[in-house]
Amino acid sequence: MTYAEFLNEHGARLIDGSIVTVQQTILAALLAIAIALVMGLMRLSSNYVVRSSATVYIEIFRGTSLLVQLYWIFFVLPLFGITLEKFTAGFIAVGMNLGAYGAEVVRGAIQSVPKGQYEAALALNMSPFSRMRRIIFPQALILMLPPWGNLFIELLKATALVSLISVTDLMFQAKQINGTTYLSIEAFGSALVIYYIMSRLVITPGMRWLERALSRHMSRA
Amino acid sequence: MFDWKWDFTIEILPRLILATFNTLMAAGVGYGIALIVGLIFALAQRTPIRIINWSVREAVEFIRSTPLVLQIFFVFYVGPQFDLRLSPWTAGMIAIGLHYASYLSEVYRAGLESVPQGQWEACRALNLSTRRTYFRIIIPQALPPALPGMGNYLVGIFKDTPMLSVIGVAELMHTANALGSESYRFLEPYTMVGIIFLAISLPTAFGLRTFETWVSKTLGMSKSKK
Repeated sequence: MTYAEFLNEHGARLIDGSIVTVQQTILAALLAIAIALVMGLMRLSSNYVVRSSATVYIEIFRGTSLLVQLYWIFFVLPLFGITLEKFTAGFIAVGMNLGAYGAEVVRGAIQSVPKGQYEAALALNMSPFSRMRRIIFPQALILMLPPWGNLFIELLKATALVSLISVTDLMFQAKQINGTTYLSIEAFGSALVIYYIMSRLVITPGMRWLERALSRHMSRA
Repeated sequence: MFDWKWDFTIEILPRLILATFNTLMAAGVGYGIALIVGLIFALAQRTPIRIINWSVREAVEFIRSTPLVLQIFFVFYVGPQFDLRLSPWTAGMIAIGLHYASYLSEVYRAGLESVPQGQWEACRALNLSTRRTYFRIIIPQALPPALPGMGNYLVGIFKDTPMLSVIGVAELMHTANALGSESYRFLEPYTMVGIIFLAISLPTAFGLRTFETWVSKTLGMSKSKK
């Protein structure tokens, strides 16, 4: 069987799987960004309870494996009366895990904005909210974009694990094709190449573009 | 709490602890492979031969941007297509070792690049051998900036070992799955696995940070005054 015949027969399934992977990646990324912003800011709070609850969240999600978290959310949460659909459980687990890593990126970026900026905003009598929104955060955003690019690639790769709770993503389809045809190189190899294209030819250039666009915008302002 | 059964927890604990040793062994062996192969990858990218440079660079990029779990499947299932049967352990160690080797090669590369060019030139001027240049001058300076990254990936490889369960390596996650399907109780096995992971990775991360400070002090690289 040539590779063209293989693609002819199984290409549609690989495309279906890729679409699910893209959906999982986008939903998980949105969740991760939201969690990272909230937890990152909570880590910088002056209130001890707020700060330490964010620390506990971050340490738990960074200290255990994503696979453990995924299984826990999918198999154990129903015992507490929270039953999630596998698709939902998948992106929630990935988003919550990467959100914990993102929170440290957000915290680090905000902390590396020079102290003088903060003091100047204070001297201008800006409210804490507008200080963050108009002075600190825009500068932190530029600093945190490159690490976020790496995190999004980690996130895309992490979505492959949702296949283990039977979400029909790219990894799942590759496994299915391998199971019915025993064409392992073609099945897994194609999936590897598709993941590579998504991360190197979509996410990386996309983030570069965003970095350039943002720094242009900021220097004009 | 809720439906938590302590007697069941205690009953499964010995098997989970045994499996923890397998997990630690997988992480240790995988990391050992990654340390050595990663160094080869990093040095291969410094050779003057263009084709080696470029192909290793691309291979590292490829491994780094594709999912580990897919690579584990790939290594495990592609072998038999060529009449090469790998045991789950061998396949798993190859996959996880290579994956982390590509990460570590970047850490080594960044470390080596952080050593100022003048240091190389000074070694040249003093007519030091390549061996002496590396061991006495370059590596002591390249190591401290590389250590945090190396430590992170040690914890990282430990946390990624559950993926080996997909091809049947009998580590923690695999054992928890087995316990769960034997007893139809998932709460205790999965929660205990989470706790075991936390109990190992948090102290390790802390210990590594202490070790980093100690190394940079010992090598006289610390920025603080004596």
